Amino acid sequence: MSKIRYERPVIKKLETGMPNKFGTRTEYEPMTHIDGNAVKDLIKEYGSPLFVISEKTIRSTIRKAKKAFETRYPRVQFAWSYKTNYLNAICGIFHQEGSWAEVVSGFEYDKAISLGVDGKKIIFNGPEKSEADLTKAIKNDSLIHIDHLDELYTITELAEKLKRRPRVAIRVNMDTGVYPMWDRFGFNYENGQAMDAINKIMHQGKLDLVGLHCHIGTFMLAPSAYGVAASKLAELALTVEKKFKHEIKYIDMGGGFASKNTLKGSYLPGSDTNPTFDDFAEAISTALINSNFQQDKLPLLILETGRALIDEAGYLLGSVISNKRSSTGRRNTILDIGVNILFTSFWYDHKITPAQPFTHYTEDTCVYGPLCMNIDVIRESTSLPLLNKDDQVVIHNVGAYNMTQWMQFIALRPHVVLIDEKEKPHIIRLMETLDNMNSMEKVPVHLKKFEL
Amino acid sequence: MKLKKNVAISEAGLLFNPVTGESFSVNPIGIEILNLLREEKSGSQIHDIILEKYSTDKTTLEKDYNDFIGILSHNNLLESDEKAKA
Repeated sequence: MSKIRYERPVIKKLETGMPNKFGTRTEYEPMTHIDGNAVKDLIKEYGSPLFVISEKTIRSTIRKAKKAFETRYPRVQFAWSYKTNYLNAICGIFHQEGSWAEVVSGFEYDKAISLGVDGKKIIFNGPEKSEADLTKAIKNDSLIHIDHLDELYTITELAEKLKRRPRVAIRVNMDTGVYPMWDRFGFNYENGQAMDAINKIMHQGKLDLVGLHCHIGTFMLAPSAYGVAASKLAELALTVEKKFKHEIKYIDMGGGFASKNTLKGSYLPGSDTNPTFDDFAEAISTALINSNFQQDKLPLLILETGRALIDEAGYLLGSVISNKRSSTGRRNTILDIGVNILFTSFWYDHKITPAQPFTHYTEDTCVYGPLCMNIDVIRESTSLPLLNKDDQVVIHNVGAYNMTQWMQFIALRPHVVLIDEKEKPHIIRLMETLDNMNSMEKVPVHLKKFEL
Repeated sequence: MKLKKNVAISEAGLLFNPVTGESFSVNPIGIEILNLLREEKSGSQIHDIILEKYSTDKTTLEKDYNDFIGILSHNNLLESDEKAKA
């Protein structure tokens, strides 16, 4: 006689009339497959933990975003934000979909060039660009977005030295009605810094001011703020045109669109409440079209969206190491996924689902990682089914920033697997090895031997 | 180990403690264990019954059973040893 499927006994106190700090949703719907691949097979083949990225989702997301903007505005160009996820295969997908490269460091710039991106289609942002970086960018005719006056002077000197006319834009910060206002990057609009920088560029005549750039914040939940920003950049561009008879070729609205993740402290899940690409496109396009640009001289609209294009395509698979009880009787579950590889758990309540079926019984659970550090908390409070040791889980919406901000802390970073459109998995970044780590270290001879 | 006498258990998985007014939900295997405790079965007898019926191993069951008893105790649903002996 076959035995009944075992589930550990559980008793849960019922509390009515009290707000539930563990949230309203119960994630007991299992996610057993990702793009046709069984989670258990992926873990068996590539180990646990494991990053999995869906090419299908990336392509459908960028196409959705493009459609949202291109149906509202005639001239749109996306540029892939390398810092969000610069694994070569991922950049390759975005470039195949027509995105330029948006980089914020010399390392990222070199990465884009090494991948074969035309220098003219690289946007070079960020406050730190060395003379060597700028020289490279000027020679490649890349679009250099100036962050501060020191950079402006350096580029001007290099232009004279190299006898080139670099294509530049200035980054503009401004009050768009949201808090906190990002004013550490670029030149301020309201106090006239931006116009001062433009005056310097135009009067010197050494640089070709082709664009205006802003990046008003991160994980923005208010599309209207983009409308304000687009109006202010349009106003600035029209002032330049009137004052210097000089056409600004593009307006770059930067990134910052929220993905479908849920910010810590939010009551409702981000998938239900965060704005869509259509919401952002409507706000930006309306502002630009309603500005005083002549119909046939609308500037190119550049978007550097990162997070919202990749977050949903990324999954982190892991396994349960142990279940424990806290001193107060709360369920604690330890996963083999730590904050070292899931950096975004510091600001998101990531959705966690089991990878195998369970009954509808759940426990209020605190999910910890395996690091021997008190800060290693993946979810402070969530409602999970009755997971057992070695059960597998899927953490959702991890595609952005985790594979660039991850830390090699006490453990080796895992494989990253891409599932292609034909549902075939490929390793796109190998798991680190001890040899990888040791190969970068040098030990002085007098420290090589010891006796214990 | 004995469940408090006045604790009411429904087949649907609800448990009510009239002394404190607290209600609990319990999963089917939990209800089964509670009923066995009510029948004053010993820990090893309960283990044998569960192992016979469910697809699990001794170590897992022992770990989960102890955890379950711990939570019953934490919620004052078990008679104290002195009372149980009396």
